[in-house]
Amino acid sequence: MTTKLFGEPVRRREDARLITGQGRYLDDIGADAYAAAFVRSPYAHARVVDIDVTGALDVEGLLAIYTYEDLTGPLAEPLPVLIPHPQLTHPRTGYPLAKDVVQHVGEAVVMVVATDRYVAEDAAALIAVSYEELPVVVGVDAARAATHAVHDDVPDNVAARHHQETGDVEPALAASTHTISFTQYVERSASMPMEGKGVHARWDADDQALRVYTSTQASTSVRAAIAAKLQLSLEKVEVIAPDVGGGFGVKIVHPWPEELLVPMAARLLGHEVKWTEDRREHFISSAHERQQRQEITVGYDEDGRITALDVHIWHDNGAYTPYGIIIPIVTATQLVGPYAIPVYRVRVDSVFTNTVIVTPYRGAGRPQGCFAMERTMDRIAQERGLDRAEVRMRNLIQGDQFPYDQHLTFQDGRPVIYDSGDYPGLMAKLKALVDWDSFAERRAEATARGRMLGIGMAMYVEGTGPGPYEGGHVQVLGSGKVLVSTGLTSQGQGHETVFAQLVASELGVPMEDVEVTTGDTRRFGYAVGTFASRAAVMSGNAVALAARGVREKALRIAAEVLEASPEDLEIDEGLVQVKGVPGASIPLRTVAVLSNPLRYAFDEAAKQATQFAGPGDDSKPPVAVGDAPGLEHTDYYSPIRSTFASGAHAAVVEIDPSTWEIDVVQYAVVHDCGNVVNPMIVEGQVHGGVAQGVGGALYERMAYDSDGQLQNASFMDFLMPYASEVPPVVIDHQETASPLNPLGIKGAGEAGVIPGSAAIASAIEDAVGRRIATMPISPTELYDLVRSSADPVTNSQTGAMA
Amino acid sequence: MKPAPFAYADPTTVEEALDVLTAEGEGAKVLAGGQSLLPLLSMRLAAPTTLVDINRLPGLDRIEAGPNGVRVGALVRHAALLASAEAAAVQPLLGRATANVAHPAIRNRGTTVGSIAHADPSGEMTSVLALTDGSVTVATPGGRSTIGWRDLFVGPLETSVHGPAVVLDAFFPALPARSGTAFAEVARRKGDYAVCGAGVVVTVDDDLRVTAARAAYLSVGLVPEVHDLSGAVAGKPVDSADWAAAGALASGLVDPDGDLHASADYRRLLVATLTERTLADAGAEAVARALEAS
Amino acid sequence: MTVDLERTISITVNGVPREATVPVRRLLSDALRHDLGLTGTHVGCEHGVCGSCTVLLEGSPVRSCLVLAVQADGQSVTTVEGLSRSDHQGGQVLHPIQESFRECHALQCGFCTPGFLTTIAAGLDARDPSVEITEEEVEELVGGNLCRCTGYANIKKACRHAAETMRAEAGR
Repeated sequence: MTTKLFGEPVRRREDARLITGQGRYLDDIGADAYAAAFVRSPYAHARVVDIDVTGALDVEGLLAIYTYEDLTGPLAEPLPVLIPHPQLTHPRTGYPLAKDVVQHVGEAVVMVVATDRYVAEDAAALIAVSYEELPVVVGVDAARAATHAVHDDVPDNVAARHHQETGDVEPALAASTHTISFTQYVERSASMPMEGKGVHARWDADDQALRVYTSTQASTSVRAAIAAKLQLSLEKVEVIAPDVGGGFGVKIVHPWPEELLVPMAARLLGHEVKWTEDRREHFISSAHERQQRQEITVGYDEDGRITALDVHIWHDNGAYTPYGIIIPIVTATQLVGPYAIPVYRVRVDSVFTNTVIVTPYRGAGRPQGCFAMERTMDRIAQERGLDRAEVRMRNLIQGDQFPYDQHLTFQDGRPVIYDSGDYPGLMAKLKALVDWDSFAERRAEATARGRMLGIGMAMYVEGTGPGPYEGGHVQVLGSGKVLVSTGLTSQGQGHETVFAQLVASELGVPMEDVEVTTGDTRRFGYAVGTFASRAAVMSGNAVALAARGVREKALRIAAEVLEASPEDLEIDEGLVQVKGVPGASIPLRTVAVLSNPLRYAFDEAAKQATQFAGPGDDSKPPVAVGDAPGLEHTDYYSPIRSTFASGAHAAVVEIDPSTWEIDVVQYAVVHDCGNVVNPMIVEGQVHGGVAQGVGGALYERMAYDSDGQLQNASFMDFLMPYASEVPPVVIDHQETASPLNPLGIKGAGEAGVIPGSAAIASAIEDAVGRRIATMPISPTELYDLVRSSADPVTNSQTGAMA
Repeated sequence: MKPAPFAYADPTTVEEALDVLTAEGEGAKVLAGGQSLLPLLSMRLAAPTTLVDINRLPGLDRIEAGPNGVRVGALVRHAALLASAEAAAVQPLLGRATANVAHPAIRNRGTTVGSIAHADPSGEMTSVLALTDGSVTVATPGGRSTIGWRDLFVGPLETSVHGPAVVLDAFFPALPARSGTAFAEVARRKGDYAVCGAGVVVTVDDDLRVTAARAAYLSVGLVPEVHDLSGAVAGKPVDSADWAAAGALASGLVDPDGDLHASADYRRLLVATLTERTLADAGAEAVARALEAS
Repeated sequence: MTVDLERTISITVNGVPREATVPVRRLLSDALRHDLGLTGTHVGCEHGVCGSCTVLLEGSPVRSCLVLAVQADGQSVTTVEGLSRSDHQGGQVLHPIQESFRECHALQCGFCTPGFLTTIAAGLDARDPSVEITEEEVEELVGGNLCRCTGYANIKKACRHAAETMRAEAGR
């Protein structure tokens, strides 16, 4: 029997090239390409008065300068609103190059193409753009106050008012024994992959066709966008995502202006053109996420059970809304987490600010929703004098309540119905993992050392694997090689390995024979993209279904040759054989050869399939009606709705009251993403997510001043954690299979980051006894907090209620 | 992020270097380790017309440790100073401070003298030069001169060295007898520029009573400053000295600014805390050294 | 004394003498990638913080974005492409840290990986392999590079794994 591959920590196939410097990332492509650079707005809000390029014209090596005036046809129109929604009443998008007004520092105004990037930057520096400054709106509170408008025709700065409710919240609150209301904030961070964005385009004048490499999470849709904007027929555009140096959401947005402008220039200049985003550009012209103001009112009974929850969120969507209101919807719907909330109302006002656009960053609104719900749980526990774990336990959805309908509509337009889970199980495992009930002893030990120790927890439910669909293609070649392709893209998740594991398992072939291609429109033209923890669920199931199709066909052909019934055959190690009859077998590669009746024998293998190779059945056509030549199959997986993963995290922080430095000394994760294809890769996803969660809680923040200048647009001042800042992580797993898909899997990509801020805020609050209502928090802010009149907070002694 | 155009020369004698600097005028800049300069060039925050790379000048990569102090040549990398047992024996602050400079790959390239010439008030070595009452040797077309730290540091990222000049070395006087030192900093991430740092020297008498306590700080002023904290602890036996009082004294003497990573108040708190901690360590070391010597 | 805008430089890269004519402002990272075609060295920030571009200059890890190509003239550079070593049969074998990165799942997107590999390889090669590696050493080896994917746990694990491999080799 072929080694079982599903569920095994198979080592990654991607690594062989990546550890030897043989990966091919965007900037590794096109050694002879011209280089693009951009003149970007230095102002957060201004009218472009004049662009004077004369100073740049003498730069040796300058090839072209483009401004808005050079854009034609659909390129001169605003960029698309990718995900329209009826509640997005005032969508606004920019132009590939600024038309009249710039809405944030970093918005592209002029594109320069030159022989290399140094020269392009020289020319860009010599282009004089004059601006008339306009009033600037920075931050949700300024947007909400609407003293100034970001877009003239949206005076209240509100792009969308998203609203969902599961019942009549006001009477339910009025009838509640207790209520509390509070306001809290989450600040901006960003995906910040180690590789920035980048685009390379090659125009083939003979074919009148375009090949574009782009560091994207959505190559098929970039292709469609380029075709539409450059007025090319779809088959004249190929888009390929090469090795991508991390995405975390920012590369799902498309088309970025550069994804249109670089191909435009390549076509106009008849030469390869490449743009490699530098770090400063990434800070000021790619996307950020996370800032929200959350106004929460919760009603609960004597026992701390929630009776009603009313949440009003103000969400900073930045200058434009190309990605619609996905983040507001995700926050709104995922906020309720693993809890049964009898009546819930959520309103999210998505507001414009003169800052970089806000689009999904790993978690995509979930960390904020989790922060709202979990901090609410902590407040109820404190008000009722209950253990924080106990309050959560009392509100959890129980095992016999699945499928559990939250009566909300998710980001895919489908109902939020939790497919499966075991939330009390998560809590039990988490408490054991961090020894929650005996924390008092640890605290006492730390107190004796002059340190403040605190513990916090947070739970989440994450809708993963949303549709509409992904597809997979599996083809067995006459050489025995198995080609697998799927349209979605990879940014380090190990898809080449995981999909090969799945296909090898389904097909009964050695994994070494399987070759996986992702994100290449030449190989697979239909896809949605890699986001929302969906790749394993969507393409995993799609390639598995495609492999099953190939298997079925292979058995049918082999059955004829072996004169057996398909049901009596099995495939193992690439050999189709009659079960229990040694020797009665045919290699799968031979089946592949036979599947394609040939006239011409171009090689030895092909000879077996030619028309005089053996006796044929003259009564049938060589290719049966309804059949097709070749041992290949394409299939699609389209889920009825998302599948819901879940988890629980706990953090222990130690604080030095003489410096207020915050050290996360322990971080515990219990994680349930259904059936696990490759536990090594899933753990890696959790580790990485936790590091981003810790970063978002304690280090990372986009610091805009009131003029809309990003003050920390470098790795020196935007503090992504080094190894020294990431705590040790202990992980326990729970596997509750999803009933929704053939493989029973749920997504795992984003989970690690979701509860970070909530759990760490809870732990710090527990340590210092002051209310934490804004995250992230730094030592200097903690010092301010403990000296302020902020609410003193006392958590009930952990374990006291056990 | 690519540097604007500049011309480049890599002289092999100091005289040649000075000639080029003279010929190229105002826009010329000396390049040594480049770990501070190159980011500025790439961000186009600095655009010298000519870089005069001194890495090929002979003899400047030496560390000379003698009874009076340690002379560190202009091409000595942080890593070399950190590894120098001879330097540490004469002036332990050098190694202790250098260990806090960024990360190993930066220390492999960056130079101690270069970071002093860069005059960043958040740099470790500027403070150490101040605390040890050190000086630099500067070559100009007019000859060589020694500039004490007080005259050297004029403002943030600004020294009194102007015109064609090459800083040839830095001299850190030896740790006096019956003295101990300590160095500590608080940074947001390990290896980052310190939010606040403190280097201290404590000296005791034969009865192991404190005779002097001095401290220099990072990231709390526009230029390195040395504060005499003896008033709070002088005359006290080391083991009962009120280091916290010295910390409180120090926090009143400094006048830090706030920035993205720390408020002025927070910096004052750190000055107090780090002063107390480092003085205690330095006091203990002073006692140990005094006992060893006697 | 010449003052130049462009220079022809000779650098021994991964043991092979290479020559290139470059503008004097060319960063070593760009020269390696674009003039010499060695794209394994990655550029993550171009201000010396992330460490993705780390190469070995005369054997020591340095940020190649913080060195001008002309400054490397006459010196030796090792990039990730040159970390593998000759085995007894003259074939190429990966450095133990490369093998360990794969074994311990110490990389995801792989973009920062070359900088970690060069840094750690130099550190491991410089230490006495017969001595067990300490946590402090591991922290020092991995502490100066940014990774956005892995959370570092498996990078540290790979460090320990490689040190162990080298210890076993040394004991043989």
